[in-house]
Amino acid sequence: MRENVAIEVENISKSFKLPHEKQNSIKSAFVNFYKRKKGYEKQQVLKRVSFEIKQGEFFGIVGRNGSGKSTLLKLLAGTYTPEEGYIKINGKLTPFIELGVGFNPELSGRENVYLNGALLGFSRKDMDAMYDEIVQFAELERFMDQKLKNYSSGMQVRLAFSIAIQANTDILLLDEVLAVGDAAFQQKCYDYFEKLKREKKTIVIVTHDMAAVKRFCTRAAYIVNGDIKKIGDPLEITDLYTEANIEGIEKQHRQFTSSQHHNLTAKIIKQTPQQVIINFQYKSDQKEEMYVGISVIREGISVADITTSLEKPLISKGKLTYTLNTEIFNEGVYQITASLFKKANRECVAISKERNTFIIKGEGDITRGNALKLADTWEYN
Amino acid sequence: MKQYISKQNRALLSELVRTDFKLRYQGSVLGYAWSLLRPLLLFLILYIVFVQILKFGGDVPHFPIYLLLGIVLWTFFAEMTSQSLGSIVGRGDLIRKIRIPRWMIVFSTSISAIINLFLNLLVVGAFLLFNKVELSWSILWLPLILIEIYLFALGISLFLSAAFVKYRDINYIWEVILQGAFYLTPILYSLTLIPNEMFQKLLLMNPMAQAIQDARYSAVTHETITTHSIFDGGWYMFIPFTVVIVVLVGGLLYFKKESRYFAENV
Repeated sequence: MRENVAIEVENISKSFKLPHEKQNSIKSAFVNFYKRKKGYEKQQVLKRVSFEIKQGEFFGIVGRNGSGKSTLLKLLAGTYTPEEGYIKINGKLTPFIELGVGFNPELSGRENVYLNGALLGFSRKDMDAMYDEIVQFAELERFMDQKLKNYSSGMQVRLAFSIAIQANTDILLLDEVLAVGDAAFQQKCYDYFEKLKREKKTIVIVTHDMAAVKRFCTRAAYIVNGDIKKIGDPLEITDLYTEANIEGIEKQHRQFTSSQHHNLTAKIIKQTPQQVIINFQYKSDQKEEMYVGISVIREGISVADITTSLEKPLISKGKLTYTLNTEIFNEGVYQITASLFKKANRECVAISKERNTFIIKGEGDITRGNALKLADTWEYN
Repeated sequence: MKQYISKQNRALLSELVRTDFKLRYQGSVLGYAWSLLRPLLLFLILYIVFVQILKFGGDVPHFPIYLLLGIVLWTFFAEMTSQSLGSIVGRGDLIRKIRIPRWMIVFSTSISAIINLFLNLLVVGAFLLFNKVELSWSILWLPLILIEIYLFALGISLFLSAAFVKYRDINYIWEVILQGAFYLTPILYSLTLIPNEMFQKLLLMNPMAQAIQDARYSAVTHETITTHSIFDGGWYMFIPFTVVIVVLVGGLLYFKKESRYFAENV
């Protein structure tokens, strides 16, 4: 293995046996054997995956739910064994992939700190030395003698995180760590990531948080159905992921709109460099007051939400024309989605199926912000 | 070998055992005292039923202690195997998400059982002194006999804990087997009660019967039928030891093979 490679994955495959029915009893094993029937179905989770992670890289793995990214992480961590291929790890690996694993609700916070420390490989003596720091960082001084089951979930996460960051290893594997905790906790996570980056640790992170991938990762992989679709620049990968997600949402929308008493169509009829004009047609076979809502979406994120006036509700059927001044937008690809809502309970009853895209041309200029042209000035004092 | 006794593994082992003990007596008023109280109370019951009422002892000297030692050793075997059985499944959360050596979990359960055994043996020792049993040099064999029982139980524990991950019927089956084996092992009764020598020989091929009888011979009274004495030194006397070795090696191999897939099956 070359010097600067931290993780080498060569051609690994993994599949799981999914039992057809509850099969883990001896009787069913016999019955199935007798009937010469396989009591399970094979599901291929990873197909001949190969890649390398260099030392000091912050590597992100993204993909939709069920794409196999957590399985991949578990294989890297060594809790799963690959069927084919091999994984080489160069350096000391943290045994954790999730926070708070091994916590026992019946034990006190203090006892859990020691237990968790032991899982990280620290002796009682080591833990005695770190204990105060851990508790302080978690801000749980007053609660350490209470049982863990009486902690709020936020408190548990804080405690787990404070212990986990004590791990002195070369390679860290983190699964959805950012999905838990409040804003303050996420900030702590971010600070910790920055510290790890400065220390040139190797980090592999599985997450749905594209902002974090863009901010921290030096490289990322996009996984689709157990296959690495692309490895490369985090910006490229997050764009791919976001695009795929929008397609997924649109698919759901199409299903959602198919069997309705309501209908809404939206169509861009004209686009000039200054404005976009959209025509709407709405229809309802029920007597009720409605309104139309529009979202302007860029890179999967809504940058503006507008509705028709609630004082002028829409009834049964009609047409609308909407003119949007696009001069306020920076360059990029924008999409407009429209939905029809009931005024009474704000329930969404129809979504437009059309794919209304408009493009604002221009040269990428990072000094001008994301979607909106801001009316701002810098003063150099 | 060195990796098995690394600092990390020792730290983990001690924490796992500690947790086990803390959780076991949690919420009980007497707490750890139960570790000693349990065997004492058990002994009291046995004494009343089998010595005072049923008079099972025959002409065995110090029959109450003879009985107690057998019970203590059997309890250790039964406790260790049945607690290990569920240990891997019970710690499924750890198995799935942390890369710790899997054998560590079974091993820590077995250490808890050993600690209990020593507490129980303390009670037996106290009765030995109290009853003024004349100790002979043969008591030096006792540690070796305990090691034999431990290795036998360990082999079974490794096998059961790994099999339980796949087949959840194992615990009921094992419960029945333990119950049956309890009566097929000369624990409550003296072997002299069995008139047929053939049966005596058959029963003594069971490693637990052999170990318990040997332990009684070494610690309580030489008037005990042992595997050695009944086969008169013939090669048959090695059968129980062979069984122990086969079970241990088989258990280890099976555990090693299965442990790679614990995380996904548990």
